[in-house]
Amino acid sequence: MIPAFIALVLLLQLAGEALVRALGIPIPGPVIGMLLLLVIVIFQGGPPKPLQALATGLLNHLSLLFIPAGAGVISYLALLADNWLPVLVTIIISTMLTIVVTAFTLKFLIRRMNREDS
Amino acid sequence: MDGLFQIWVYLAEQPLLWLAVTVSAYVVAQQLFLRSGGFPLLNPVLVSITLVVLLLLATGTDYDTYFEGGQYVHFLLGPATVLLAVPLYAQIHRLRRQWLPLSIALLAGSVTAIASTVVLGLGLGLGPSTLMSLMPKSATTPIAMGVAEKLGGEAALAAVFVMLSGITGAVAGIPLLRLLGERDPAVKGFAMGVTAHGIATARAFQHSNQAGAYAGLGMGLNGALTALLVPLFAWLFGL
Repeated sequence: MIPAFIALVLLLQLAGEALVRALGIPIPGPVIGMLLLLVIVIFQGGPPKPLQALATGLLNHLSLLFIPAGAGVISYLALLADNWLPVLVTIIISTMLTIVVTAFTLKFLIRRMNREDS
Repeated sequence: MDGLFQIWVYLAEQPLLWLAVTVSAYVVAQQLFLRSGGFPLLNPVLVSITLVVLLLLATGTDYDTYFEGGQYVHFLLGPATVLLAVPLYAQIHRLRRQWLPLSIALLAGSVTAIASTVVLGLGLGLGPSTLMSLMPKSATTPIAMGVAEKLGGEAALAAVFVMLSGITGAVAGIPLLRLLGERDPAVKGFAMGVTAHGIATARAFQHSNQAGAYAGLGMGLNGALTALLVPLFAWLFGL
């Protein structure tokens, strides 16, 4: 029953959007929808097969879903024209630095935790 | 020839054409990425966006017309985000055990992303409006746009910077972490999701489901944390 799970996902997204607006929290509605689905799946003791299939099918092609928004850069090429080089340098260095810092911190703490356990 | 032009004029205004272009660009980019053995610069998001943008420029099509077709694909981002709960559930035991390391790494990553942007941006002479739009670049688009606007940046510009950061993280993430000898897919995924949100999460899912799940988690958490930290750092740096 895939349609039932499509309905569930859409309804949870809807609930998320409604909650975010009602409470005025600065988190996107779908993220709240994700938390709601996680709670449901935990109470069910795991995702049923059709839900699993739906998730795998869509998430394996997550890249596709970013194309329309990404192409929106076209409207702002002029805005970037003035200072594209400092902006690009900032983005590239900061992004790489953040990946390294996050990974090293997590790695270090997991290792320490495992050592304490054993 | 005239008839052909008429057909083009008709189709160019229809959502079908640009929807077909979007999905086809993705198929081509995906094939290119696989056949190159996963060459990082041939990242599917980067290549497909480039293909679509070149086609729009070549045909003189404006973005609004394109989005009439693109919106059908774009809409699925919401349901896909909700569905992240499924791979996340598969990691729940590990997540319960590692919540403290994950929280600390999240904080370290979030602070690094914002502080390094301010320091680099100021050093390279960026103006306050550009800087404000740049600070929330590690958050997902709706969050970054809201935060930038509130602090006197430009929402549209913030959206572009989010996109560029995402692509940078998706392209550089895996090779960078491999260079550093990182093997744990959870660590790779989490670092990529915290730093470069959905686009890097898409890349992490191509790596493995576990990396994807952790990337999705990092993306969700850092979206929320960035919304809290950017105003604080703007105040600290006197912006």
